[in-house]
Amino acid sequence: MSGHSSSYDPQNGVMKWLDARLPLPRLVHDSFVSYPVPRNLNYAYTFGGMLSIMLVVQIITGVVLAMHYVASADAAFNSVEHIMRDVNYGWLLRYVHTNGASMFFIAVYVHIFRGLYYGSYKEPREVLWILGVVIFLLMMATAFMGYVLPWGQMSFWGATVITNLFSAIPLVGESIVTWLWGGFSVDQPTLNRFFSLHYLLPFMIAGVVILHVWALHVTGQTNPTGVEVKQKSDTLPFTPYATIKDAFALVVFFVVYAWFVFYLPNFMGHPDNYIPANPLVTPAHIVPEWYFLPFYAILRAVPDKLGGVLLMFGSIAVLFVLPWLDTSKVRSASYRPTYRAFFWVFVVVAIVLGWLGSKPAEGGYVIASRIFTAYYFAHFLILLPLLGIFEKTKPLPGSITESVLGDGGSKGGSAMPSGAAASPETKG
Amino acid sequence: MLQKDTALSDTALENDTSASGEDGTRRDFLYVTTAAFGVVAAGAAVWPLVDQMNPDASALAMASTEVDISAIESGQSVTVKWRGKPVFIRNRTDAEVEAAKAVPMDELKDPQTDVERAVEGRENLLIMVGICTHLGCVPLGDAGDFGGWFCPCHGSHYDTAGRIRRGPAPLNLVIPPYEFMSETSLRIG
Repeated sequence: MSGHSSSYDPQNGVMKWLDARLPLPRLVHDSFVSYPVPRNLNYAYTFGGMLSIMLVVQIITGVVLAMHYVASADAAFNSVEHIMRDVNYGWLLRYVHTNGASMFFIAVYVHIFRGLYYGSYKEPREVLWILGVVIFLLMMATAFMGYVLPWGQMSFWGATVITNLFSAIPLVGESIVTWLWGGFSVDQPTLNRFFSLHYLLPFMIAGVVILHVWALHVTGQTNPTGVEVKQKSDTLPFTPYATIKDAFALVVFFVVYAWFVFYLPNFMGHPDNYIPANPLVTPAHIVPEWYFLPFYAILRAVPDKLGGVLLMFGSIAVLFVLPWLDTSKVRSASYRPTYRAFFWVFVVVAIVLGWLGSKPAEGGYVIASRIFTAYYFAHFLILLPLLGIFEKTKPLPGSITESVLGDGGSKGGSAMPSGAAASPETKG
Repeated sequence: MLQKDTALSDTALENDTSASGEDGTRRDFLYVTTAAFGVVAAGAAVWPLVDQMNPDASALAMASTEVDISAIESGQSVTVKWRGKPVFIRNRTDAEVEAAKAVPMDELKDPQTDVERAVEGRENLLIMVGICTHLGCVPLGDAGDFGGWFCPCHGSHYDTAGRIRRGPAPLNLVIPPYEFMSETSLRIG
């Protein structure tokens, strides 16, 4: 936290020498070892660490896959099959990378919904939240371009549909699409530039992640009570407490990840992408990857081209102004009974929108998409501003320590000796 | 050392102020012109980086496509490739042409008569870029609620003249530039 002073103490001459010249070990120590975190963080707070590990996994597997992949309309599809069949461990690297994208989005959605539940976007963490939305947008662009690279039918037609979104812009739309394509349809130039950008964007994500963590360490983390840290007994040092918790959650997450990689490697993909791209035939039913489906449902809910595109981008843009739409003074849904109910309704609405996005655009599915799209926006634009005014919130605990130990842990009724529980980091 | 620097810049500042007329100093003029030239130079440096993404000379030079249309039976449709895009050539039946002509203009989102969609005298032949005007999928032939084309991606229905009738697409299917070279030969582009 901002008031946190450095406790780094270099033990040998070399480290002292380095500390006087480039205090990088001090920065790491202060940020990830002695850094104080609220003592009541639960497992919902472990996904941020997981996401940074996933970014590293994707960059490492991506860099080695790029050593074998050929970004050519004639050779791309075959080079991916070559990776799968001929390259040593190519099948493993590719499945880790493709499923890694899905796991990345699972983690980011939990991370975002955790922020929504505990009001992590509220003052003074608006910039932290906005940087998160920027990372989310970069992730979407990166994942989309990555999905184009195998040059299968879904790659090709996904690229066609998504780039055509820009043709909805009045006057200059067609020119922009031609510029994006580098031709008059999705073709060789498009594939080549998508490969270049797919390689670039993860490093831009890494840059924004550094800003995101920086902003986090200026304001400090939120916690399940939403009450700010007030005293030393409210916090624990990052290492070992948060480190171990994050590590355990990561292991569980990797078990699920490995289960997909080794037992269901194509579960989250689409079989049509194992058909080489054919510019003359659109698959009968094209869908994006699962993590885009809610936004795709919003796009298709509107019977007007420009309107659909605006609403789809609007569904993410609304997140940028969320800190100012939610008028409640209380952060955490734990003390906001009405908001908590609407939060879970919103989770269901988001999941149903995803399901609708996977269905054909006809009949009842379109009508349902419209209803759920309307609710999605109503949640942010109507419910959140009004709830802050009308909701009767529960009383907040006096401090984090009090919420964990009751009455500041000072009464003798506690099973543990209060001193030991209040500051276990001082033991031993 | 530090003190000396400060003193020096103070003197410089004094000189500067004393030299200033009402229309600013020579230094102001240099700042503004340098900044202006800097902006022009930055723009000139960025433009090649942007323009390199536009279609290159080889994409622009792609030749037109010639098609032998003698083998297309009445009621049959073929798809040919032109500039990387599919082009539909449909030899419409008389009934389909009549149906297209009978549609009142006020039912159309993008009003165009059937005569505007096909060459007079050869109006059975309908030649269109086979790309949905919504988000660029290839519509399926002989499908949809109007006997024309149906786009499976987002549910746009086109009639037997390729006009948008229902769904999110804003415009009729595009008619490419084409001409008949002879009774049996067509050149697109």
